[in-house]
Amino acid sequence: MANILLKPVELLGRSLTISWQTFVLFTEELGRIMLLLCSTIKQLILPPLELKNTFKQVVEIGIKSLPVVLITAVFTGMVLALQSYTGFKRFNAEVMVGTVVALSITRELGPVLTGLIVAGRAGAAMAAELGTMRVTEQIDALETLATNPVKYLIVPRFIAGTIILPSLTVIADIIGIIGGFFVTVTVLGANSSVYWRRTWDYLETSDIYNGLIKACFFGASIAIISCYKGFYTSGGAEGVGKATTGAVVLSSMTILISDYFLSAWLFK
Amino acid sequence: MIEIVDLYKAFGRNHVLRGANLKIEKGESMVVIGGSGSGKSVLIKHIIGTLKPDSGSILIDGADIAKLSENELYETRKRFGMLFQMAALFDSMKVWENVAFALMRHGKLKEKDAKEIASEKLRMVGLIGVEDIMPSELSGGMKKRVGLARAIAHSPEILLYDEPTTGLDPIMADAINDLIIEMKQKLSVTSVAITHDMHSAYKIADRIAMLYEGRIIATGTPDEIKNTDNATVRQFITGSAVGPIKIEGVTA
Ligand SMILES: Nc1ncnc2c1ncn2[C@@H]1O[C@H](COP(=O)(O)OP(=O)(O)O)[C@@H](O)[C@H]1O
Ligand SMILES: [Mg+2]
Repeated sequence: MANILLKPVELLGRSLTISWQTFVLFTEELGRIMLLLCSTIKQLILPPLELKNTFKQVVEIGIKSLPVVLITAVFTGMVLALQSYTGFKRFNAEVMVGTVVALSITRELGPVLTGLIVAGRAGAAMAAELGTMRVTEQIDALETLATNPVKYLIVPRFIAGTIILPSLTVIADIIGIIGGFFVTVTVLGANSSVYWRRTWDYLETSDIYNGLIKACFFGASIAIISCYKGFYTSGGAEGVGKATTGAVVLSSMTILISDYFLSAWLFK
Repeated sequence: MIEIVDLYKAFGRNHVLRGANLKIEKGESMVVIGGSGSGKSVLIKHIIGTLKPDSGSILIDGADIAKLSENELYETRKRFGMLFQMAALFDSMKVWENVAFALMRHGKLKEKDAKEIASEKLRMVGLIGVEDIMPSELSGGMKKRVGLARAIAHSPEILLYDEPTTGLDPIMADAINDLIIEMKQKLSVTSVAITHDMHSAYKIADRIAMLYEGRIIATGTPDEIKNTDNATVRQFITGSAVGPIKIEGVTA
């Protein structure tokens, strides 16, 4: 009898312990990411500038992510228009479709979806590349060649991530709105000048630039998290795999969670 | 002169170095021998300061490398060249860019001049016409040669070799041994090599030191080591499974 009662208690205790341990590990990891961020910022400020490497990363991340960003943005705009049109029709508010598409894309879906795509493409690539360099001792080799690996490897990726994500988001915003327009006007047969008027009348510049501020933050987070995961890889090829998935998962979580708080703070 | 004094290093509960002491004279070729996982790479990484000791010190001409500021450490590193176990070539760069890396980064050389010096260093290690190849297209022995060319490109005073012959066929291994001897004669560098290849150790060493259970348990010239009465060293150099050295995970 006592056993039957003890079992759930024991299970509860054990799962609490595991949750606590996970929390402690997470906090430790967060602390180490912050430390890496600090030394990245320090190396960013110190001359010389890593212009060549930064430019290379911008091109790399941009090209890797652009096609997927374009496809995602256009279809997101299209489905948004479709859903809100058919939904709003129930209370004769179809004219608001342009507004809904523009606000949802610029404030929310543009930055978040672009962030998730960049996390999956470029974040994974950063973690895999740095992880491979770590386990094959290329990072040690940089050190022995009197080159600070944070400056040489992480600073360019950090700058590139921070500037490329808002740039991709601008493109996603434009393409998304065009996608919404296309569906509303050509597929659903609504009036095109009404769509545009409704888009511009209610869209404020703050919607756009607050969305871009979020994108900057997401870009910086993806870069520093993915570089962290790659830079501290251990355990050979398997370790590189773990670092890569870890980078994508943690970056994506960070985007989704911080998005709520950033939105609450930016869009009062 | 390199002096390792009472060096301790642990990774978690794994106490790798436990009071290692070793002195390496200027111009000398020192070979540290020891089993796989005995901490040879950890020891050599302390010499160039990519690992920091838990306690003890590493003195390079009297200056403790663990106590240098970041700038001083990077300045000191310019006096070193290191060949890694798997060569550790930058796989995103061409062979010549690997070799010229330090020259272009610190020497501010023009690309054309740097490439010329890279070709010259590559010739020194017996490679011709590989400048524009990517490292992934090279064989293991060639990678090590490129790694060596990269290590000597900035004319260092001290060369470190992490298992220079491991993973090479015997002929290629001996060619690398010859290169190491040639480097020492031509460049009059101080060198520290770590290896478990006794053939290579006898060939390239002025003195040999054995690392065992975190300490240097014996040092001597190759002849002294060959004729040692230390049972542990004897077992290692003769390559016998029977003796005081415990094989990890195996109970006798
Ligand atoms: N960066 C590190 N983190 C944790 N453990 C390490 C690290 N480097 C080496 N070790 C451990 O130290 C021991 C000695 O490794 P190493 O010096 O590479 O041996 P070897 O003599 O074969 O070169 C091994 O048990 C290894 O797992
Ligand atoms: Mg080793």
